Amino acid sequence: MEFAELIKTPRVDGVVLHRPFMPTVEGTLCLTGHHLILSSRQDNTEELWLLHSNIDSIEKRFLGSLGTIIVKCKDLRMIQLDIPGMEECLNIGSSIEALSTLDSVSLMYPYFYRPMFEVIEDGWNSFLPEDAFKDLEAMTDEWRLSEVNRDFRVCTTYPPLVAVPRDVDDDTLRKAAGFRHGGRFPVLSYYHKKNGMVMMRSGQPLTGTNGRRCKEDERLINATLRPGKRGYVIDTRTISVAQQAKARGGGFETEANYPQWRRIHKAIERSNVLQDSLVKLVEACNDQSHSMDRWLSKLEASNWQTHVKEILTTACLAAQCIDREGASVLVHGTEGTDSTLQVTSLAQIILDPACRTIQGFQGLVEREWLQAGHPFAQRCSMSAYSNSKPRHEAPGFLLFLDCVWQVLRQFPCSFQFTEQLLVLLFEHAYASQFGTFLGNSAAERVRLSLPEKTVSLWSWVNRPQEIDHLSNPLYEPNSLVIWPSVAPQSLLLWEGVFLRWNRSPRCQEEAHEEMVHIIEYNKELQNKVNSLRRQLAQLETQEPPLQTP
Amino acid sequence: MEHIRLPKAENVRLLNRLSPRRSCVGTLYLTATHSIYVESETQVRSETWVLHSLICRLEKQVNTSTGSPLLIHCKNFQVLHFVFPQEQDCVHIQASLQRLSQPEQYEELYCFSYKPNVDEAERKEEWSFLNLKAEYRRLGIPNSLWKSSPVNQSYKVSDTYPAELYVPESATQQVIVGSSKFRSRGRFPTLSYYCKDNQAAICRSSQPLSGFSARCLEDEQLLEAIRRSNPRSDFMYVVDTRPKLNAIANRAAGKGYENEDHYSNIKFQFISIENIHVMRSSQQKMLDVCELRTPSMANFLEGLEGSGWLKHIKAVLDAGVFVAKAISEEGASVLVHCSDGWDRTAQVCSVACVLLEPYYRSLKGLMVLIEREWVSFGHKFSHRCNHLDGDSKEVSPVMDQFLECVWQLTEQFPCAFEFNERFLIAVHHHMYACQYACVSTATVLRDKTHSLWKHLWDTRGDYINPLYRTDNCQSQGVLRPSTAPYCFKFWSGLYNRFDRGMHPRQSVEDYLMAVREETVQLEEQLASHKEVRGQRQKEGPPLSWGLAPGGFVPQAGTPQDYSGGFIASSPCQQRSPVDGLAFTPPQNQTSEADLSVGSEQESGIADVSFNSQLSEEGPGEPDPDDAAYSAA
Repeated sequence: MEFAELIKTPRVDGVVLHRPFMPTVEGTLCLTGHHLILSSRQDNTEELWLLHSNIDSIEKRFLGSLGTIIVKCKDLRMIQLDIPGMEECLNIGSSIEALSTLDSVSLMYPYFYRPMFEVIEDGWNSFLPEDAFKDLEAMTDEWRLSEVNRDFRVCTTYPPLVAVPRDVDDDTLRKAAGFRHGGRFPVLSYYHKKNGMVMMRSGQPLTGTNGRRCKEDERLINATLRPGKRGYVIDTRTISVAQQAKARGGGFETEANYPQWRRIHKAIERSNVLQDSLVKLVEACNDQSHSMDRWLSKLEASNWQTHVKEILTTACLAAQCIDREGASVLVHGTEGTDSTLQVTSLAQIILDPACRTIQGFQGLVEREWLQAGHPFAQRCSMSAYSNSKPRHEAPGFLLFLDCVWQVLRQFPCSFQFTEQLLVLLFEHAYASQFGTFLGNSAAERVRLSLPEKTVSLWSWVNRPQEIDHLSNPLYEPNSLVIWPSVAPQSLLLWEGVFLRWNRSPRCQEEAHEEMVHIIEYNKELQNKVNSLRRQLAQLETQEPPLQTP
Repeated sequence: MEHIRLPKAENVRLLNRLSPRRSCVGTLYLTATHSIYVESETQVRSETWVLHSLICRLEKQVNTSTGSPLLIHCKNFQVLHFVFPQEQDCVHIQASLQRLSQPEQYEELYCFSYKPNVDEAERKEEWSFLNLKAEYRRLGIPNSLWKSSPVNQSYKVSDTYPAELYVPESATQQVIVGSSKFRSRGRFPTLSYYCKDNQAAICRSSQPLSGFSARCLEDEQLLEAIRRSNPRSDFMYVVDTRPKLNAIANRAAGKGYENEDHYSNIKFQFISIENIHVMRSSQQKMLDVCELRTPSMANFLEGLEGSGWLKHIKAVLDAGVFVAKAISEEGASVLVHCSDGWDRTAQVCSVACVLLEPYYRSLKGLMVLIEREWVSFGHKFSHRCNHLDGDSKEVSPVMDQFLECVWQLTEQFPCAFEFNERFLIAVHHHMYACQYACVSTATVLRDKTHSLWKHLWDTRGDYINPLYRTDNCQSQGVLRPSTAPYCFKFWSGLYNRFDRGMHPRQSVEDYLMAVREETVQLEEQLASHKEVRGQRQKEGPPLSWGLAPGGFVPQAGTPQDYSGGFIASSPCQQRSPVDGLAFTPPQNQTSEADLSVGSEQESGIADVSFNSQLSEEGPGEPDPDDAAYSAA
């Protein structure tokens, strides 16, 4: 097996492990093809099992013959290994580096992982487009499921099935695809049951400098408008960025060619800027300089919170157009695989109560991120500690999760899940034993045979015990649209991710337990009272009064 | 009343800062104590009351085409933006409010005119609600190490100290008086807190009048006596809470700080907390940031950093942590002082107490603490809160900072405090509102006014933290907060208190409180059912359900308890036993009727209120942010 070549020293004894909020452990360090394992061989201390793919970078230090490796993980945790012997330390270090940066997808752990739990429902089949479409069909007959992308030829990043207006034929779709970046012609993202308005998403139109137009594209999106109604195009780029895109063949919908559409430009940053932000933010959070001014200025300079505000604001705007203005919306940026998806998925969180349930949220991630072609493999191959120069890395999905957390914080009783689900998705998007987040698109997932060869994250999440663990005890189904505040005062730093390893979680956990306790105890009493009432009622019917007073 | 130049102005517009569309038109009435704005054009009568004593600044802006704008800035951080159609009205209202909001004598304060429906005996009783003597007894004082000293019985040694003071057993009257002459305002070192477990104590004083070289034998003896009152430690800390430069500057004025060479066995320590002037301007800068109309994230964070406010909060908390550590970990006594010893000293001593002892994290404990460290030791509430028309340089948010430190701690330790954020905000509000006298003024007012603490205690149901449990590990022992900068949050609950759109739209706390209330009722029902069952099994069915002991009374009360918040249709409620089970008491018609009414209200009416509540001011309301979403 190839891994053996990479592992120069498979085990070292007498290694000391330092982890945040856990006692130091001394034991044997083992390297396997996919894991870094530290075991003390004692029953009462916890072992460390760390996926190599979770390692973002390492740092080696030497003091005499004692080597130290700082392992920086993609989930932002840092652990320290003290390894006796310089050679051992160097060997371990270079093995970790090699194993954590394997190029071939087929060597990844999900292909080797066998579940230790019973799969009740195969997650690969939990959220199929045809099932989602059945729900849509129940509400409207204006849409159809097109197989135009059956073999991924029209658009390499779309799934085989997409929802499009009923009256638009596949030929039109093919032509419209030729006019959109990456072949991403406008498709249905969300149908607002309340007023029948829709949200669509696409890539930018390829107008170029000479203002190319495409009748089919115009027909396609106009087909979604009610007679006499106008729609909104939300371009996630500023007008100047959109203008510049023309020079590279891109562009935006001009008034002249799309008279029924009003264009709104917002300013959501592109991937490399976001990655830079993440690096700066995490650096600020780990900075122990202990000066308030320095912390605040670093937090501000990272711009992370600015991105959160901008994305959430744009999503609110889209939701507002649909729910308040009663207009349909088309969302796109450049490729339509990043900022576009942030906006369309968050708008659904705001508008659609179904997306705030545990299942519904998974469905949303599946639909709007995985199926919609967010290139997870590229975006999440490195996290905040990576030393290598980023190519396609960007924390777009993490920003989406952060925004969801902000809404969850403002509406703590309207979500069926807790913050834990969001943290879990963050972790698994970057490193996982499951195949869900491997590959960059539906087409790649088919090519890699992921459904056949790996286990889906959803198979694991949707077991009763895990659902139980992720459930929000405060949840009350709330059928209304939830409008978050986007004032800077209302948007906080997501401690659950960014300060997770700097602050002990104990006090917050205790609070959560207490919350659960209060609610559980209430339920228990209700059951007791109910059963007593039943008993009394029975006593009543069984025993007629013995005598009159 | 003679100050009211115009009792009423009509067609006044009240602008909503966050969403202009929600502005309204109405009439503004001036009374002796309040301005009352009544909205016209609404179906439901909507009133906004502004207590005159809460007004801190009136800002007349340049006239616009729509009228004359007048901004009223309040001490509780409410900002009201009125526009008067007639400039004359605006001028008169401004002049009247200017005078009404700045009483010149104590007698004009609201607390003297506030007359709730309470008879004289009850009013006197209110004042005995908190008893500091009992509090010292709780601490184990007096004992063989500390004694009560009558030296300030008639406020002659120090007019800003309480009459009842505790000093080391070995300190003689002559030592105390000698020391008091060597301390600013006669504020000699005296006991603030005593730790029963290890006999270490926190003492407080003002700065010594040491100048460049002066000494005072009695002062040195008093410190030595304090040290010796803690037999387990061979040294004590003297903490000067000022920045070193400030302390040095004071030496030129014949004041200063303790010279380690002159005092035996002391460890001297500076902890840099800035003075009241720095704090005042810092808070103003922060408030300016809060009031920005549509700030970007960068505007806000830059402004917050530039104000330095959180830096100051951190400094106060750090100082408290230092003192608490010295007491709990080193077992050493600490003398805390600043210049006069009534601002920073009060902050640091009280923060340290909150960290050290769980009692001060309870509702009553925090009241006692404020009464002792702030009220009794002469914090100049009247000057600091600007109750009377006085020197604006004396105004400073010293107490605000203490309350914020406690709030920051509640964020880190959500189960450790018996009270919630609302309680801290209520204390803040009343400190400025002057409705109750307890924290209102520096002098004794007990003859004519009402006590705040009793009022807060009587309404304590509003202030309970549902997560508080005395048996939690964070509720016990010493709190060890992290004071890393990222642990400090901006307190929008206080500083943006009136911008309701900014706050979470659902409150976990209210939800849990409602659940707990229902739990209490269920417990009662359970007990009464058990009793009934017991009876039935013994003697057959009772004759009348309605007359069964404990009966169904709690149920009848159930629906009303939930009509208030969004919680109204909580799942626990819907699953409530009354609903599902057709349970008809056979013999008693009245009780049957009662029950059915009860269940109807629960599932029906409560639901309606749930929906309307949400659509009115809950998530169904996008308006506050409309502007924000599309503005950029």
